[in-house]
Amino acid sequence: METTTIKSDLKTDWSYSPAPESTDHIRINQQVDLFINGEFIPSEKEKYFETINPANEKKLADVAEADKTDVSKAVSAARKAYENVWSKMDPAERGKYIYRIARLIQERAREFAIIETMDGGKPIRESRDIDIPLVSAHFFYYAGWADKLEYAFPGKQAKPLGVAGQIIPWNFPLLMAAWKIAPALATGNTVVLKPAETTPLTAMKLAEIIQEADLPPGVVNIINGNGKTGRALVEHPDIDKIAFTGSTDVGKLIMKTVAGTGKKYTLELGGKAANIIFEDAAIDQAVEGIINGIFFNQGHVCCAGSRLFVQESVADTVISKLKDRMETLIVGDPLDKNTDIGAINSKMQLDKIKMYVDMGLNEGGTIYQSSCKLPEKGYWHAPTLFTDVSQSHRIVQEEIFGPVLAVQTFRTVDEVITKANNTPYGLSGGVWSDKGAKIFKVSKAIRAGVLWANTFNKFDPASPFGGYKESGMGREGGLEGLMPYVNLV
Amino acid sequence: METFLHRIDEVGAQERVARLFSRSIKKESKIHALKTVLSMIDLTTLEGKDSPGKVKQLCYKAAHLHDQFPDLPTVAAICVYPTMVPVAKKALRDTGLKVASVATAFPSGMTSLSYKLEEVKMVVDAGADEVDMVISRGKFLQGEYHYVSDEIAQVKEACGKSHLKVILETGELVTLDNVRFASDIAMAAGADFIKTSTGKVSPAATPPVVLVMLEAIRDYYNQTGKKIGMKPAGGISKAKLAVQYLVMVRETLGQDWLTADLFRFGASSLANDILMQIVKQSTGVYQSANYFSID
Repeated sequence: METTTIKSDLKTDWSYSPAPESTDHIRINQQVDLFINGEFIPSEKEKYFETINPANEKKLADVAEADKTDVSKAVSAARKAYENVWSKMDPAERGKYIYRIARLIQERAREFAIIETMDGGKPIRESRDIDIPLVSAHFFYYAGWADKLEYAFPGKQAKPLGVAGQIIPWNFPLLMAAWKIAPALATGNTVVLKPAETTPLTAMKLAEIIQEADLPPGVVNIINGNGKTGRALVEHPDIDKIAFTGSTDVGKLIMKTVAGTGKKYTLELGGKAANIIFEDAAIDQAVEGIINGIFFNQGHVCCAGSRLFVQESVADTVISKLKDRMETLIVGDPLDKNTDIGAINSKMQLDKIKMYVDMGLNEGGTIYQSSCKLPEKGYWHAPTLFTDVSQSHRIVQEEIFGPVLAVQTFRTVDEVITKANNTPYGLSGGVWSDKGAKIFKVSKAIRAGVLWANTFNKFDPASPFGGYKESGMGREGGLEGLMPYVNLV
Repeated sequence: METFLHRIDEVGAQERVARLFSRSIKKESKIHALKTVLSMIDLTTLEGKDSPGKVKQLCYKAAHLHDQFPDLPTVAAICVYPTMVPVAKKALRDTGLKVASVATAFPSGMTSLSYKLEEVKMVVDAGADEVDMVISRGKFLQGEYHYVSDEIAQVKEACGKSHLKVILETGELVTLDNVRFASDIAMAAGADFIKTSTGKVSPAATPPVVLVMLEAIRDYYNQTGKKIGMKPAGGISKAKLAVQYLVMVRETLGQDWLTADLFRFGASSLANDILMQIVKQSTGVYQSANYFSID
């Protein structure tokens, strides 16, 4: 049992001087238009909405909002490009274009990372070391498949579907764009992509790269707007396939809308992952895994390890170590290279997180928050955990999508498997143990798309990703990620 | 001792190191760190060819690191072989610097306990403020943990008021699980400091090893309230790596450990690289290595 704590001492006299990434060389257009048929054009009604930096609430740009007419324009450009050019192109040639996009992103990686951080609030450490490298890796990976589809599906021919409408969220803006665009292009489809309204800027930079890569006009179209624009895209009769990443509620709506239309769809929705720490785990490394599981990207991660299960015999130790570690997390300026936790993406999301924290308190949970000082301007939330909660608490059941961890204890393997599966979601999960047999037993028994053993939140383009139950359908990434974009004949 | 065995996942430990080492230390925080590192160095010469002349030169250097530059701290201590303790003691009187001596058949430890204890008494009688002992790695790997523990306890007793640093020689223990267990044994048996290496075996101090030992110290403190010191030794010759170790200490153990009382670097050439960095921070340019004395 812990008798003392060094927690308070971790606020040391030796603090790190600010180390902000310079933004001097970053060019953000004050006005961002729609990217249709290879050109940047204003929207039909010339209506614009603002995108801001959530870390200081300063406006970054005015972004053109696409309405039904604009959506139609984009879809018909994509259709034309599909019929006349892209579907007829030699697959190896298609691959060359995708490789070119991957290389150009690599070359401008720092610029992309900084803009991603400015527009979305995530720490530069993550956008620089995780998001952007994965983006180019994803394009590289699918570029390789473009002329090898006959090996992916032996004995069959993989035919493209046509025009894909793709709607992506704000938590990994450019990475989700890559997840959507790369496999669609590799298989010969053309796309209309709609980024989230709070984070349109890196996707529009990607549009610049697509121009630079000399992609045939109309193969990739990028339009912006809110849910209305998304709805127009989903409802458009000339779309063959919808790929959506976002909330389960919207996912259900999309299923209803496309039912009976013959449109194919993949949905990557919410999650409430169980992260399970057994008594025979490497405890210090497991604590690090808990931190990465829930506080990565401010907890704006659909596969976040938001439900922690700790075996009772080590619960006190783990929770005390977890609290110590939370104290060392640096919350603040996302552009500072030492920042661990950046800004919450939007006021709306911050309000939602606060609503859940209040709910947790009202339901009788015991709260612990790190004592970090939050900046005054912008949207911020301290790393938070709740103990004294159970499966019956709503903060344990519902996706919060913020830096809030719900901690429960368990006694036996069977008990924790049952509880881990006691959720409408099934996107991911984590198992921590030094015993290989236990890891295999537990990870097989948990109904979720991705199970990490002795690690968490690891991504690779070659690895498929997707959910069971209300976490979605279809897989993205890997060979499996080609399937939703082809008809096999 | 612990109620359960501490397991260490090597991949996870390496990831944690990578994350800690990605901290960006600039400007004032860098100067502060560099000076702190200087004050934590055990300036070391452990060679068969060491002579009184060599040790005297090293002692002068220890107290006068770079007199051209004002307000520099001195290093924490000089670390020498037993026969050199009287020389160092005399050379360092009135400086406040400590004299550390290796003992217990350093570096292998392959002799009987009675000889080891005699050697410890010899260096303590000669005035060594600190004794750096080696554990019996062969016995540890044979599973004779009680032997290892008893030996440390007896050496501790022989040390009297002198501080005891226990060298685990982690390069021979190989696994991080072993490093952790040996750390726990040493602390429970009475170590004032735990130290990674003799500097005679490769690898010497590696970042994951240092992290695991710091975590062991943290757990021991949480359980007993006792603050044990840490000394990575061997292979630390660059300022950047030393500052990264300070980051590791700060984020694992906190401010209390950021002093020479609880953290030391065992190094011979590190001091000059630090000095070069400090001068660079103030002048904006690197000076030639020839401007820094090599005693």
